[in-house]
Amino acid sequence: MSTTGDPVQKAKSAAAASERESVVWPHRHLLALEDLTADEIRLILDTAEAFEDVSTRSVKKVPALRGRVVVNLFFEDSTRTKTSFVLAAQRLSADVVDFSAKSSSLSKGESIRDTVRNIEAMGVDLLIVRHHVAGTPHLIARNVGCCVINAGDGRHEHPTQGLLDIYTMRQVKGRIEGLEVAIVGDVANSRVARSNLHGLLKLGAEVTMVGPTTLVPRAFEKMGARIAHDFDRVIEQFDVINMLRIQRERISSNVFPSLQEYSRLFGLSAQRMKRAKPDVLVMHPGPINRGIEMAASVADGANSAVLRQVTNGLAVRMAVMFLCKQAAEGS
Amino acid sequence: MTDRLLIKSGRVIDPSQGIDKIADVLIEKGRIVSIEPQEPGSGSKSQATRQIDASGKIVCPGLIDMHVHLREPGHEDEETIASGAAAAVAGGFTSIACMPNTEPAIDTEAMIEFVYRQAARAGLCNVYPIGAITKGREGKELAEMGQMVRAGAVGFSDDGCGVANPAVMFRALQYATMFNRAIIQHCEDADMAAGGVMNAGFTATRIGLPGIPAIAEEMMIQRDLSLAAETRARYHVAHLSTAGSVQLVREGKQRGIAVTAEVCPHHLLLTEEACATYDTNYKMNPPLRSRADVDACIAGVVDGTIDCLVTDHAPHGEEEKELDFQSAPFGIIGLEIALGLFAKALIEPGHVDWPRLIAMLTINPARVLQLDKGTLRLGTDADVTIIDPAMNWTVKVGEFRSKSRNCPFDGWKLSGRATHTIVAGVVRFSLEPAAVA
Repeated sequence: MSTTGDPVQKAKSAAAASERESVVWPHRHLLALEDLTADEIRLILDTAEAFEDVSTRSVKKVPALRGRVVVNLFFEDSTRTKTSFVLAAQRLSADVVDFSAKSSSLSKGESIRDTVRNIEAMGVDLLIVRHHVAGTPHLIARNVGCCVINAGDGRHEHPTQGLLDIYTMRQVKGRIEGLEVAIVGDVANSRVARSNLHGLLKLGAEVTMVGPTTLVPRAFEKMGARIAHDFDRVIEQFDVINMLRIQRERISSNVFPSLQEYSRLFGLSAQRMKRAKPDVLVMHPGPINRGIEMAASVADGANSAVLRQVTNGLAVRMAVMFLCKQAAEGS
Repeated sequence: MTDRLLIKSGRVIDPSQGIDKIADVLIEKGRIVSIEPQEPGSGSKSQATRQIDASGKIVCPGLIDMHVHLREPGHEDEETIASGAAAAVAGGFTSIACMPNTEPAIDTEAMIEFVYRQAARAGLCNVYPIGAITKGREGKELAEMGQMVRAGAVGFSDDGCGVANPAVMFRALQYATMFNRAIIQHCEDADMAAGGVMNAGFTATRIGLPGIPAIAEEMMIQRDLSLAAETRARYHVAHLSTAGSVQLVREGKQRGIAVTAEVCPHHLLLTEEACATYDTNYKMNPPLRSRADVDACIAGVVDGTIDCLVTDHAPHGEEEKELDFQSAPFGIIGLEIALGLFAKALIEPGHVDWPRLIAMLTINPARVLQLDKGTLRLGTDADVTIIDPAMNWTVKVGEFRSKSRNCPFDGWKLSGRATHTIVAGVVRFSLEPAAVA
């Protein structure tokens, strides 16, 4: 794809090219990658590619969502994802508002349905929702007319993170089909793991969930993943290793006895990296607990795609907002 | 106006007496006075008597639901004893037993009397209070069971939570034997279930909701069976929901333990997969389980392991059920549709026949609660339900008499419905008012 020309036109032609191949983006909402087809995921990735160079221009704006209103409705703390959505929306020339759910009336009394209907009544086009309980974006989507994009619901899905991870893998490795991908850590409680799994399987990758038995439930086998509990024994097979953030609070629920033991068994140390493929791609959704799930030298090393992921997040989120809004407007 | 009522030509089913025949049931002064085979020429009797033509219908002892939540006192916005009783008679129930998890809890003689007083004021059906096992349902000190029995408590339960401490449960069982009342346990190990909102398993993992494992229920039943064997107490498993629980109760009965059990319609008709919509009307405790658990519950009904059918009618306000799946409260309502749901789950697939189904809704719960109900024996209170087993109808939650609407069965097509609910000889509910001549 050429690096010159109008990105919106390119995004539209990416969408149009897909349409000719009979892939039409039909979704007003993006709630989960599990709901999408392989072609629909590819369409997002292609559209993101068209938007990628907006970030590198001196004027970092295209008029795709000019006059539209994007509201960030985050019921859970987030810095990166929220900032990424804000910047992505601004690059599409949308007006962006943050709705701080914590200081609102939501904490007591007002139901989520009332809250979102009130926000919608102010004339909102896209709602970006993060909530600590799985399924809440679905509940919201059932109650509003605008587009809803899931920015992470409990331990269910984080579709734009899954997409930006897959986008990064495709960008570096040139393909998804046939890739051997490891997802390592607190799989049970990870929405990133689930979105990665669904997206990668649909595009033909092999996915292995690596972690302690207490954090990698058997049910993931039925979802199509392989399961491994001995990282050293399997590490050499992977083209991509996606490390999950470990929550300190998990110790109180006895899923592992100490961070030190966890790090010894499942951390990506410089030592362990030596057993991996030389060109293995190392990823992390951030923020990294340096020295626990990943050594600082690995996070900053040549194999690391951590910052590239963050950069790609913008293009992927631009693509998702653009496509959903387009579907909603029936164009 | 006469106080004689003749229910003519119905199929009279009374499992307590082994009756299943076409007959006329005559009620006089609120009591059953005769069940006579239909006599075509018995015109003289009918002249002085109000009549209900029950041909093509089932006439059976008034149905009993031994597990409902009426929210009074404390949450009268969700249900009152009067609105719950109205829902009950609309569903064909002449007697209901209400759980003590109100605010405050029903854990004293005065509270038991309060329930009876409110029920009498409503004047619709019999409402029997189940007292708390422990004071404030806190699982620590025994509530005053003896005084509650004197006031009319029909059983004891801390329903909503299980009695966690085995020593407390041991004493409760031991003490209750004095009054021949059952201890009704909400079987759930709180530590194992902590934070869970649906069945632990594949679906919960897939959709990212925390699970309540089947063993949280089964471990408590296992423990309680040992305690019940030791104390020779009467132990009743509330709303049983897993294959393992069914097997434990089955084995307990074989060992001669005085254990009985009940099951709800949703645990016979729905599985955990319904939660994948994140619709909080599928959130209840115990949670919807797997297909294998549903099949095992049905098998438990068929072989008699499960004695009673109950609704676990649990009203909640709309604003509460509109919360996210973890914040929304557990529970659904069912009094007005239970009969049709049980028919769908058990009769239509041919698992049991009407006499078996009716036994689990009449004489069996009456025995668990030691009530002189659930029978058409001559001289007993004329609590009678008339059922049209062939009536096809659609559930319309918006038309419920209950104050709440939290029910996942809206729009379901059912067949089989109570057409008349008669309590102590008085028609308290009728789908066809004109039929009472």
